[in-house]
Amino acid sequence: MAVEVRIPTILRTYTDGAKAVTGRGSTLSEVIEDLESNHPGIKERLVEAKDGRSDLRRFVNVYVNDEDVRFTGGLDTTVGEGDQVVVLPAVAGGDSSTTVAGGDSSTTVAGG
Amino acid sequence: MLRIDQETHDAIVAHAKRDHPDEACGVVTGPEGADRAERFVPMVNAASSPTFYEFDSTDLLNLYREMDDRGEEPVVVYHSHTATEAYPSRTDIALAQEPNAHYVLVGTREHGNSPGPVEFRSYRVVDGEVTEEEVLVVPTREEPRSQP
Repeated sequence: MAVEVRIPTILRTYTDGAKAVTGRGSTLSEVIEDLESNHPGIKERLVEAKDGRSDLRRFVNVYVNDEDVRFTGGLDTTVGEGDQVVVLPAVAGGDSSTTVAGGDSSTTVAGG
Repeated sequence: MLRIDQETHDAIVAHAKRDHPDEACGVVTGPEGADRAERFVPMVNAASSPTFYEFDSTDLLNLYREMDDRGEEPVVVYHSHTATEAYPSRTDIALAQEPNAHYVLVGTREHGNSPGPVEFRSYRVVDGEVTEEEVLVVPTREEPRSQP
């Protein structure tokens, strides 16, 4: 299955500046593996290990045909021929004084 | 340097005051690559919090689709700090993911919802590096290109 994947500005360093690339797979997880094979490094920016398994990073939003995949099965979300996958970093922040789980432990932030 | 017109500046400040003590957030979009802050788009803070902001996921998608259709990008990403100075927090820095944007911080701790001056400061945040920049507020002109 070929799908169109829309790439946000901050990740276009991995796609030679392309705003959209083609990915293959029958689930989001497979599409991301396929992206990684063509654009090494991009997977790390989308996925992290959580409780021993892979999950989308907290501050990355992924949509399949306009549906946020957090509500459709996350990385297991199925994709079909011609579907559109959109990747958008969260626009978030704030003067949080509590710990924010925004990545692996080395990027956990606190204070402010 | 951030160049912003008076009307847009005032709209951002009004939004920050209105939502105080919660953090307010939004963007000012403009033509891709032009660094012109033209279209004020206030956003809902899905976190409804005095210490955190996040665009709602559906709103975020709609915003980026709209910008795509119009050939725009986020020129300014703004939010308020309601209890501390208008300087990017560690959270702000860690989560800043628009390398081309001017990150505007409005500080409302002094006057809250009431009239009175606020801090209005702008930063570049790239790869964890914060650089404050000058803010130049220019008179609002009638600009046909910014009409819907």
